Amino acid sequence: MPPSTDLLQGTLDLLILQTLALAPMHGWGVAQRIQQVSNEVLQIGQGSLYPALHRLEYKGWIKADWGNSENNRRAKFYSLTATGRRQLEAELETWERLSSAIGLVLSRVPEASA
Amino acid sequence: MIKDKFMEWLTRLRFLVKRSKPVDLYDELQFHVEQSTATNVAAGMTAEEARRRALIEFSGVERAREQTFEQRPGWWLGTVAQDVRYALRLLVKSPGFAAVTVLTMALGVGATTAIFSVVDATLLHPLSYPQPQQLVRIEDDLPGTGAQDVGISIPEWKDLQRSGIFEHVSVVGGGSVNLTGTSQPARIAFLAVSPNYLALLGVRPELGRWFDPQDQTPGFNLDVVISDGLWKRAFGTDPHILGRSLRLDNDEYRVVGVMPSGFHDPGRTTEQRNTELWAASGFAAAPAPPPLRSSRILPDAIARLKPGLTIAAAQSQLDALVATLQKQYPADYPAESAWRVRLVPLKESVVGNVRQSLMLLLGAVGSVLLIGYVNVANLLLARASARGREMAVRQALGAARTRLVRQLLTESLILSLLGGLAGVAILFSARGFLLRMVPESLPRVSDISISWGVLLFALGVSIAAGMIFGLAPALHAGRLDLVHTLKGEGRGTTGTGEQARTRRILVVVEFALSLVLMIAAGLLLRSFWDLLTVRLGFDPQNVMAVRFWLPVPNDPATDIYGTTAQEATFIREVLRRARTLPGVKEIAVGNLQSIPLNHIRNLAPFTVEGRDVRSNEPSLVESSSVTPEYFHLMGIPLLHGRFFSDLDNDKTPQVVVINEAFARTYWPNDNPLGKRLVIGRARRSTTSAPAWSTVVGVIENARTESLEQAGVPQVYRSLYQRGDKELAVFLRGQLNPAAIPGEVREQVQSINPELPVFGAAALTQVVSESLSQRRFSMEMVLLFALAALLLAGLGIYGTISYLVSERTHEIGIRLALGAKKGKILQMILRQGLELAIAGAALGLVGALIVSHLMAGLLYGVSPTDPLTFVGVTVVLTAVALAASYIPAKRAMRVDPLVALRYE
Repeated sequence: MPPSTDLLQGTLDLLILQTLALAPMHGWGVAQRIQQVSNEVLQIGQGSLYPALHRLEYKGWIKADWGNSENNRRAKFYSLTATGRRQLEAELETWERLSSAIGLVLSRVPEASA
Repeated sequence: MIKDKFMEWLTRLRFLVKRSKPVDLYDELQFHVEQSTATNVAAGMTAEEARRRALIEFSGVERAREQTFEQRPGWWLGTVAQDVRYALRLLVKSPGFAAVTVLTMALGVGATTAIFSVVDATLLHPLSYPQPQQLVRIEDDLPGTGAQDVGISIPEWKDLQRSGIFEHVSVVGGGSVNLTGTSQPARIAFLAVSPNYLALLGVRPELGRWFDPQDQTPGFNLDVVISDGLWKRAFGTDPHILGRSLRLDNDEYRVVGVMPSGFHDPGRTTEQRNTELWAASGFAAAPAPPPLRSSRILPDAIARLKPGLTIAAAQSQLDALVATLQKQYPADYPAESAWRVRLVPLKESVVGNVRQSLMLLLGAVGSVLLIGYVNVANLLLARASARGREMAVRQALGAARTRLVRQLLTESLILSLLGGLAGVAILFSARGFLLRMVPESLPRVSDISISWGVLLFALGVSIAAGMIFGLAPALHAGRLDLVHTLKGEGRGTTGTGEQARTRRILVVVEFALSLVLMIAAGLLLRSFWDLLTVRLGFDPQNVMAVRFWLPVPNDPATDIYGTTAQEATFIREVLRRARTLPGVKEIAVGNLQSIPLNHIRNLAPFTVEGRDVRSNEPSLVESSSVTPEYFHLMGIPLLHGRFFSDLDNDKTPQVVVINEAFARTYWPNDNPLGKRLVIGRARRSTTSAPAWSTVVGVIENARTESLEQAGVPQVYRSLYQRGDKELAVFLRGQLNPAAIPGEVREQVQSINPELPVFGAAALTQVVSESLSQRRFSMEMVLLFALAALLLAGLGIYGTISYLVSERTHEIGIRLALGAKKGKILQMILRQGLELAIAGAALGLVGALIVSHLMAGLLYGVSPTDPLTFVGVTVVLTAVALAASYIPAKRAMRVDPLVALRYE
């Protein structure tokens, strides 16, 4: 099993939405893309990727269509829906608030102990 | 955002309805693996290695597939349906198992629900009046003289009304009246109440009006309200009933209202709860005696607290009031008597005395249910071990443990729900029969019904059952040792050690529970037996009592039985005529209190000459009035002095006959004959010299007051000196019980056709009925205990059989190596005995606790009665040994060849 960094609950959803915001993609593509962009740090286990994709589909944030892959094989392509796009924006905002808050906390610690 | 949420729900709903093809998911995952393989090939791996790597990387296609599938909305609904279908298929395949389990559950749930419906109606449901928590009964105690609930006096009642604690206080005085003018003079239960009685209870009449609470009347108001039942029975549901007059005790009353059907007075006795006629009274004028503070003529008072006042708060205010009154009237409330007024929740006063019995019954039936559960759990465990391989194979193929546990729980829940359903169905069809078993004297018996609450209880019990007895096997299945199980070729056994331990624990618990139940039943049985065989001190065989009633008109001038002499003439005439009836050998007349075991309190205050001079509070004694023949007819022997004679009458000095207990209590060292006492209250009101009564005879103690208590002090007066209105004629001889009531009525009514004659009963029947509630709980607990014994026997049998079959191989080897068959038998029996001993130890501790809790229900037997404890333990151990003997015999007959080849 590849080494994987544990992702915060809900972070995987955010990553998937962000990845699909660029272009429709199949599951394999999403996994590869996240891995590349994160410089191989984030390796998404398939055991969590597909449940997440389906969960988002059932929520209506992404939709799936069967199409042909680069090598002409039948594959399931996921794309962002309008709801998903709004959801992505909202989640990005939340994420930024959260990460800057965490950043603040972490940067204060050395000062306090210094 | 709200719109988005809504859209999300809509999308989920669409997916719930639309089924996706599982193939699609499979294809999607397959694609992933292919891509991964292709990438690996591109990196220079061989095709085979690339695919292997890809699969490893994916780490479990099946798992991913299952997890992805579980994301689907309503996914669990599908699996539940699947589990249910699977469980039903399995049950159909093993009908014997299904039948035994469902039947056990049906009986358990049915019986428990039946008892619960009684508890629900009597103890749990509030009384059916508005804001019932504000209703209380007021009881006065004189702890200093040892008297409880002595009634209240009119000035006290008025004080309570003015106290600001209560919204209403109503006096309630029960009795019976002679209703004439209908086809047959009838005696009906009536209640004299304050005009605010119905306003207090918050009930409106069905027809007409209630007494106006402002309409205070000094004496009896001539308006009455009748019950729905009386309206239908005596007046044929006459729509013009209002304003109709009726004669009660020869006085003319007017019907002003009809109560709604189903209304019952919240009385303490069955008789009062069945009241059919209410009359308002001010209790302050004729026929009531003058309102003295110390003359507690009002038997009973109920009240409604001011809104928002709790009983505790009201009680503390009341205590303050009592203290003030005691200071204000020191002569009426001497410190020695320690007068105290107690508020009892009205419901408590109605059902309080049956709580213990009912809780015992519920506990007993609950134990039987629990034992039933344990047996079913054992059956399921046996089945689970047979299915161990199935479970192991499914787990090896990737089924999640939680999924398997859930499936097993679904199976047991289905079993228990089917059982519960069958139980409720049995209950519904047998409810008429069951209700007849409930003694009529049980309060609120008419409220018993299979209500929604009761059905909910049955559902809850069934679900709890399914969870409890399904959990053990399910957890075992969840902890399977796959390798071991799959290797244990064909044996189908799993985690043997642990499973056997669970089964042993279950049987020990079962055994302990049945021991507790059997001991409880044994103690009740012994109490009952002791009461049945107690030396009565009187002879009820061949004696019948028939009641009749002399009217008490409101105007003393119209009372033809007003003086003792007038009444004596009438009684002598009754005796003369009744003596001629066929079969009658002896005859006597007494008042209502002289009927043995009538459970009517008839405490009379009295003062013994030369004693008790300081206190104004007279002592209380059970007293009754009888004609001279009474004692001989009842078979109560004379110890000293003489019985009454016909010569004792209203012209001669008052005489009394006392029982031995009275003599022992008040003249322990003296000859009681010739001693004097005053019977009656309110000495201060009579300016003349006290009316002394002289003791002329002492009789042996007889249990005419209570079967339970020996030696209740009693005083008898001559009916010719002290008349009474509620009377009974006693007949001894070879009587025809069917004819006697009619014959006596004919004789009495030939003297006065307006007199009601009723309530004919053989004394043996009266004695037996006084035990009815006791008999009911004893029979029920005994029934439950026998069921428990049977179930526990079956449980031990099942477990030992299982252990033997587990050890068939081992036994075969032992036999092959030359072990004696007797040794094998001993070995198996010892296993059974060990279980029994462990269960007995646990059960004896439980039984000690339970028997002390139920001490109030016992008679003549100590809660730790060694005979019962030892006897029951021996019986149960014998049952355990017998149940182990059958599988032990089987073990002895094991053929070593077959057992060894089995592997």
